[in-house]
Amino acid sequence: MKWLVNFLTSSLGRKVIMSLTGLFLCTFLVVHMIGNLKLFADSDGHKFNEYAEFMATNPLIKTVSYGLYFFIILHAVQGLLIYASNRAAVGGGRRYAGKQVAPTEARAAARNMAMLGTLILAFLLLHMWQFWFKAKFGGLAVEGDLFNEVKIAFAEPWVVIVYLLGLVALAMHLLHGFQSAFQTLGLNHPKYTPLIKGLGWAYSILVPLGFATMPIYFYVMAFNG
Amino acid sequence: MAHDEISLTLKVWRQKGPNKSGNFETHSVKINTHMSFLEMLDVLNEQLIMQKKEPVAFEHDCREGICGSCSLVINGRPHGPMQGTTTCQLHMRHFQDGETIYIEPYRAKAFPVIKDLVVDRSAFDRIIQSGGYVSVNTGGVPDGNAIAIEMITAKRAFEAATCIGCGACVAACPNASAMLFTSAKVSQLSLLPQGRQEANQRVLNMVTQMDNEGFGLCSNVGACEAECPKGISLDNIAIMNREYIGASFISRRLANK
Repeated sequence: MKWLVNFLTSSLGRKVIMSLTGLFLCTFLVVHMIGNLKLFADSDGHKFNEYAEFMATNPLIKTVSYGLYFFIILHAVQGLLIYASNRAAVGGGRRYAGKQVAPTEARAAARNMAMLGTLILAFLLLHMWQFWFKAKFGGLAVEGDLFNEVKIAFAEPWVVIVYLLGLVALAMHLLHGFQSAFQTLGLNHPKYTPLIKGLGWAYSILVPLGFATMPIYFYVMAFNG
Repeated sequence: MAHDEISLTLKVWRQKGPNKSGNFETHSVKINTHMSFLEMLDVLNEQLIMQKKEPVAFEHDCREGICGSCSLVINGRPHGPMQGTTTCQLHMRHFQDGETIYIEPYRAKAFPVIKDLVVDRSAFDRIIQSGGYVSVNTGGVPDGNAIAIEMITAKRAFEAATCIGCGACVAACPNASAMLFTSAKVSQLSLLPQGRQEANQRVLNMVTQMDNEGFGLCSNVGACEAECPKGISLDNIAIMNREYIGASFISRRLANK
């Protein structure tokens, strides 16, 4: 199995890990977003709480969720290690004194994936503490009522702002990450690459936008009493 | 003709040796706009020699854009501001009178500075030595058309083969990755039937050597493609990625360490 170790520790193999875990997290985001649309299903949150209960107890979902935690950690840790390798390869410090703008300088997302990823991780920790941790280990305002918790959280303007900023970081990360994942896997083809890039754009805007409707909706509802 | 003459302020990186610290030195030159960038440096060096100062060390050879010897990061961009142009083919008419130009060596851990603007690019040679060739048994000359190759394939292989190995891709890459160079050298051979035979071993060895040299990882930013004087395409990187994944998981080959 030395060949597998060689592959996984090679520069290309490490990027393949980033690509596959990234694409897995992309599928999770869609499921999570569509599931959470249940927040809008009724005004007392009965359907959403039912759904949350199902997600927390279904054995299949529970198994997949352990995979999810593992892949989030793998993606984050590998990403930071790659960032460190790349800094070392450049030689550290400020690279060039001359600062004429190169044609790719505009691709801010591609050049700042590690920074965007770190912001998303920080946001994720806050997000999980607010809902996942409290639902699992106690601390909800009303036991078993996650809908109520969402309502309380998004009545706070700072929470809404942090969530929207987190979603902007996510959208930028995805704008580069989605299509980059396919290039890393060698899936590049003049007939399909334009489709992948188009899909990447649509995905990176629609999914964060779908999530953004939730804090905005609940903030407006709370604001109007 | 006076209007063909411009005055420039040059901020040139000076460094006495590999492990010495360097700094920018400021010089003024008056030059003709029809000169190439390297001829402008020749003028500077003549000036320095007349002043009994050490001339600036920089690399050059063919001066017609095909050898890959010239390098330099000019105002923060490898081979300067023009696209698809090597430093030797960059003409001074693209600069303004009174302009200040920063001239620096390529910066990458795998390309250590030897002196002033000269960097050691032998890492590229070692990547080529690890597999960037086709083993050919000498014998009778085969007929030119004995192996049929589709035009579109021949064109892709040729486009990859136009890489001159100058290292601008590494200098431009925010991660100092050598993926564009290595992938061009992989696909120029693996796309063709003669190179296909050793394709698995080649990609395993060349990627291993690339990693051993301490280059960064590819983030698919595309700065390499944008700065490449020969316009080598990112498609080559995708080709190398799938060749490497295939060679690792499907072929019977292992990388030679």
